[in-house]
Amino acid sequence: MRLRVLLAGLALALPLQAQELNIGLSTPVTTMDPHFHNLTPNNSIAKHIFETLVGQDDQQALKPGLAESWKALDDTTWEIKLRKNVRWHDGSPFTAEDVLATLKRIPNVPNSPASFAIYTRPIADAKATDPHTVVLQTRAPHPLLPNDLATIHIISAKMAGMGTPDYNSGKAVNGTGPYRFGEYVSGDRVVLVANDKYYGARPAFAKVRFRMITNSAARVAALLAGDVQMIEAVPTADIARLKKDARVALASTVSNRVIYLHMDSGRERNSPFVTDAAGKPMEANPLRDPRVRKAISKMIDRNAIASRIMEGEARPAGQFLPETFHGTSKRLSPEKYDPDGAKTLLAAAGYPGVFGLTLHTPNNRYINDEKIAQAVAQFLTRGGIPTKVDAMPSAVFFSRGSKLEFSFLLAGWGAGTGENSSPLRSLVATFDRSLGNGAANRGRFSDAGVDAMIHTALTTIDDTKRGLMLAAATDKALGELTGVIPLHYEVSTWGVKKGLAYKARVDQYTLAHEVRMTK
Amino acid sequence: MPVYVLRRLAQTLLVLFVTSALVFGGLYLVGDPVEILVNPQADQEERARTAAALGLDRPALEQYGIFLKGAFTGDLGKSFVFGRPALQVILERMPATLELAFLAMLMSLGLGIPLGLYAGLRPHGFAARTIMAGSILGFSLPTFWVGLLLIMVFAVQLGWLPSTGRGPTTELLGLQISILTWEGLRYALLPALNLALFKLSLIIRLTRAQVREQSLLDYMRFARAKGLPRRRVIGVHLLKNILIPLITVIGLELGSVIAFAVVTETIFAWPGMGKLVIDSIFQLDRPVVVAYLLVTVFMFILINLLVDLLYSLLDPRVRISEAKG
Repeated sequence: MRLRVLLAGLALALPLQAQELNIGLSTPVTTMDPHFHNLTPNNSIAKHIFETLVGQDDQQALKPGLAESWKALDDTTWEIKLRKNVRWHDGSPFTAEDVLATLKRIPNVPNSPASFAIYTRPIADAKATDPHTVVLQTRAPHPLLPNDLATIHIISAKMAGMGTPDYNSGKAVNGTGPYRFGEYVSGDRVVLVANDKYYGARPAFAKVRFRMITNSAARVAALLAGDVQMIEAVPTADIARLKKDARVALASTVSNRVIYLHMDSGRERNSPFVTDAAGKPMEANPLRDPRVRKAISKMIDRNAIASRIMEGEARPAGQFLPETFHGTSKRLSPEKYDPDGAKTLLAAAGYPGVFGLTLHTPNNRYINDEKIAQAVAQFLTRGGIPTKVDAMPSAVFFSRGSKLEFSFLLAGWGAGTGENSSPLRSLVATFDRSLGNGAANRGRFSDAGVDAMIHTALTTIDDTKRGLMLAAATDKALGELTGVIPLHYEVSTWGVKKGLAYKARVDQYTLAHEVRMTK
Repeated sequence: MPVYVLRRLAQTLLVLFVTSALVFGGLYLVGDPVEILVNPQADQEERARTAAALGLDRPALEQYGIFLKGAFTGDLGKSFVFGRPALQVILERMPATLELAFLAMLMSLGLGIPLGLYAGLRPHGFAARTIMAGSILGFSLPTFWVGLLLIMVFAVQLGWLPSTGRGPTTELLGLQISILTWEGLRYALLPALNLALFKLSLIIRLTRAQVREQSLLDYMRFARAKGLPRRRVIGVHLLKNILIPLITVIGLELGSVIAFAVVTETIFAWPGMGKLVIDSIFQLDRPVVVAYLLVTVFMFILINLLVDLLYSLLDPRVRISEAKG
């Protein structure tokens, strides 16, 4: 009897650090070097092994990471206090030297296809005033420094001289995070083992194996077969079925990615895909008129798209980011479906039924991207603007879009830094190479008032004031001028085996250390 | 014979050159890799930095020139995505693909020839009709659908085999091989079967047609009239004569099984070359795609050469001519 109790106790004790967690990833992880390729799947893995000075919670709100605290001493000087009890996986202590070495390495990673230099460039100078204090000097007032620091994984100074191949082989992978490097097989799997000396909460799994299962039906099958206990990016078509399946639990949240329509509001004449009613190229560009853009927005029934095409896995959008994010407008709500209002606006603008469009869209980039474009085109055609759809792989789409070969396009924007200046600056600020503005402004929307508001906001250190300015810029760029038409926010969904729980993240990261056991 | 082989290899070089130019030019026209590689948040300066780091800021002809110069020294360029030599990235994935292809060919030959023989020798029996009907299914069902069906039945419903992925590997002659252990083989069975299904049907039908044709010929009648045992008639006389067309087809199919296992590898998350090249095409990772196609073309040419040489071994009437090639 006593033995049985003992055994039962043992059985209960064991799952505390459960054996193994297998996770099915939707996109391949291409490197173990946290500074080589700035890509969501890579960053997601890096977040297990490495840590950032500033962390982000599941809603992308900033929280202490390797830094205990940070504050702006003046407009261009930031003081960052580091955590003291942190050790690297190799046992050596974490100090300010590591931070300096990281900042130095980031712009100098050879052959990097997407570097993190965009986040370190504002920093003019970094120095350590004591082993646990770093002072950063920015070139100009840069209130987003903490957000930028949340993207930079700190590596140990000892490994700073190592190249990407040494990271891929695991030799140079030395982090401070809850998991240590185990194995990396390109295109197949990443294996991590628990860091039992982690200063924070002890990892719940002794071993985590990430498997790259890019086909979504196969990923779902792997979860149902029990080969993996968790998958990311559950396809919308399977959600209704999985909800009824007792073996599986789903976790979902609205993400930081908005799907939007961009219109050519730059060219005064001869926009390439604007035609007259007969389908012949048209000289005038009606898309320059804010009333026409507003009318297009009113023609689209966002609720229908969200419920039918996205099967509920989307939320109609009225701006770039859901209202919970910093710097969003409190006044904008999704444009109501109003075909009559649209007709009135078109007539007022002088374009009742006189032009047609082609909507260009990628067909392998966003959830149901081509289907959404088809629906939009049908709404527009019904509303009096005959619209065709031209769908293509994203490899072709983005090159052509950035060369301004389109008049009307569908794309998506995920705010990586988790606040509203990211989409404002990239999508609706006037294209300007020297300022780095409007890099994804493929409609070349431009408004001096909006530019000025964004500029002031980006140099205002005070969070509350900056937030209000960003909100005002959004009101003007979207509410008043309809610079782009937001359609919906994507919902990201994870599937886990019963007995596990995941707090869905707005930034779409799949983090094993945030998976909890429910029994 | 050596002259013949040398001439064939010289032709190979020409084919490789033309392929590289076509693929390079084609991919250049598709789009700008920078647009796909950079983080969407990147500003103009970061985009320019990426283009410069990958050599994409140079004119197309210069880029191709640099590639050709490297290619002559065996350097096919560095993968944009992995930052490693493209050839190395491909060769690393090759064992996974080869073992899958090997297993699939083994399945289709091991099952296909006996089934085809049977169906050819007893063409009107119920079993033969069933085999032939089955082979039509094997031809006409789409690979991705059959793959998913296999997963649903054997992994999800019955739970006998793992659904996706490659099992633990062991090292053999410096290569990482998974099918040498039972655990590893379990992972390979479903994808290999999926890959084999089409070839299996092809081999069944081909063998049957050959058997039907050859059975009516005089030498078969003589062999039987001479009173040779049935086993010898079929096993030696018949089998040897149907092998020649079979080898042609097997040779070609082996190439395609290795080069175009894309669908199967994607569905079964098998980390082979096919999956790599699909990802690389979507990411416009030009060095990998070019290197992959060069490797593939080279492999096809090599297999064809081997098939030609095999003919002469199997059929003494076939002579490889030194003069004409």
